[in-house]
Amino acid sequence: MAAQATATVEREPRSARLRLWLSEQGLVVVLIIAVLLLWQFGTLWLKVPDFVLPTPLAILKKLLLEWHLLLANTWATTEEVLLGFGLSVVVGIPLAIGMVYSRVFDKVAGTFMVSLQTIPKVALAPIFVLWFGYALIPKVLVAFLIAFFPIVVSSTVGLRAVERDMIYLVQSMGATTLQTFVKIRLPRALPSIFGGLKVAIGQAVIGAVVGEFIAAQKGLGYLQLIANVHLDTPLLFAAVAVLSVLGVLLYNLVGLAEHLIIPWHHQITQRTE
Amino acid sequence: MAVQPDRKDGSGVRVEISGVSKTYRTARGERVHALDAVSLDLKAGEFVSIVGPSGCGKSTLMMLISGLIPASTGEIRVGGRPVAGPAPEAGIVFQRDLLLEWRTILANVLLPCEIKHQDRSRYTDKARHLLAMVGLGGFEEKYPSELSGGMRQRVAICRALVQEPGLLLMDEPFGALDALTREQMNLDLQRMWGEARNTVLFITHSIEEAVFLSDRVMIMSPRPGRILDVLAVGQERPRGAHTRSERRFAECIEHIRQLFQAQGILSEA
Repeated sequence: MAAQATATVEREPRSARLRLWLSEQGLVVVLIIAVLLLWQFGTLWLKVPDFVLPTPLAILKKLLLEWHLLLANTWATTEEVLLGFGLSVVVGIPLAIGMVYSRVFDKVAGTFMVSLQTIPKVALAPIFVLWFGYALIPKVLVAFLIAFFPIVVSSTVGLRAVERDMIYLVQSMGATTLQTFVKIRLPRALPSIFGGLKVAIGQAVIGAVVGEFIAAQKGLGYLQLIANVHLDTPLLFAAVAVLSVLGVLLYNLVGLAEHLIIPWHHQITQRTE
Repeated sequence: MAVQPDRKDGSGVRVEISGVSKTYRTARGERVHALDAVSLDLKAGEFVSIVGPSGCGKSTLMMLISGLIPASTGEIRVGGRPVAGPAPEAGIVFQRDLLLEWRTILANVLLPCEIKHQDRSRYTDKARHLLAMVGLGGFEEKYPSELSGGMRQRVAICRALVQEPGLLLMDEPFGALDALTREQMNLDLQRMWGEARNTVLFITHSIEEAVFLSDRVMIMSPRPGRILDVLAVGQERPRGAHTRSERRFAECIEHIRQLFQAQGILSEA
């Protein structure tokens, strides 16, 4: 048997990769610290009033002081985000499947979705409050409506991205439509679907906060309104800071799920470097 | 699995093509006459290549034989039975390997068995044997992204052969590979086919490849494709590096070249 030249990808030793990652993160950390320092001393030097732009230290103090208030409201917002996101996944992906497999459904659903997209969700929120009251549902609905569009779009793109020859190949093996879907189309579409999920989770956070601005009794958006009324700008900024941390955390959770469910995708992207 | 009347264990099936043509409409509504009344018989266990310029319909002919698209006219019989849909007794290899990135090499090779809900353990030994034959023993648990193009295409060939199909259809399987790998693959295919002895229809642009691999070469005209000639290569098997330096080899190539020149392909002007 002829000797085969191996073309397997050799991974660098873990220590080298770890050092590389640390040096990349290190740069980010240095940048963040530089910005914070500039902010701190800039506001003091220019004598900017506390209620316009508080210093990072003031925000930190407020964070530590009011941490249980922030935590309680964070949980309320998170609940809305997760429910809205979950709903958009449960509705969005089957919708995408329907659009890929049925021309008629594609036209009907597509038209409906695009027209829905052009309506600002902010405008719909008061209607939801009217129908469903001040509780969870209006926020969840707004989060859902904003988040499900990227999911549908990325899922249809992913599901359609199968090469025709691949379909021919499995058909020649005798595959049914269901088998083709489960074994070929769906796994093929997962990277694209996850891309949509990553966008959607951010959108869901926006949706939940927007919903809270309209009508709420708890949550980080609600807290922002309260802080605004009381001119408690450090609290306002603290809420924003917590909100962004929440967004990053949720985004990374989706990234983690992606890494666990489609580990092979990272191998491919690594290979092209 | 379906009954195949004239197939012995491990050997190929007969293919009979008579008066087959294909016309189709493009998305723009134009009518394309891809194939023009082709008739040919492939004997059981024979290796036949189709050589022709781009667009001559050779891939279309293969798709018609596979049953994946219907013919406009004429009849095709595989193993004595008319083709009326995707034939499960045909293995196909395309120019792209079309491996599933999320499965191991072994799982990829066993895909046809899985789709037909067959017991994978029955075919695992066969799969391992095929992979070992092409020098990929030990790669069973690797993923396609870890393999080179040539290695991936080898896996695709193993996948096509794992169920010992009576008919193997190959559409320019080595077209995307570099010249050296291609020559190696020709030798490998020759060896594998020597063991399997199924009927093979091999499509290629390369005259040398066609002559090296086949018992007979079918030469097609530009679109609408029809058969210009069928050449019996008549060289001994097993073929190897020595084959290319034999006089008969050069004669065959020259014969095909002249046919193409007469058609306006490969002009020296």
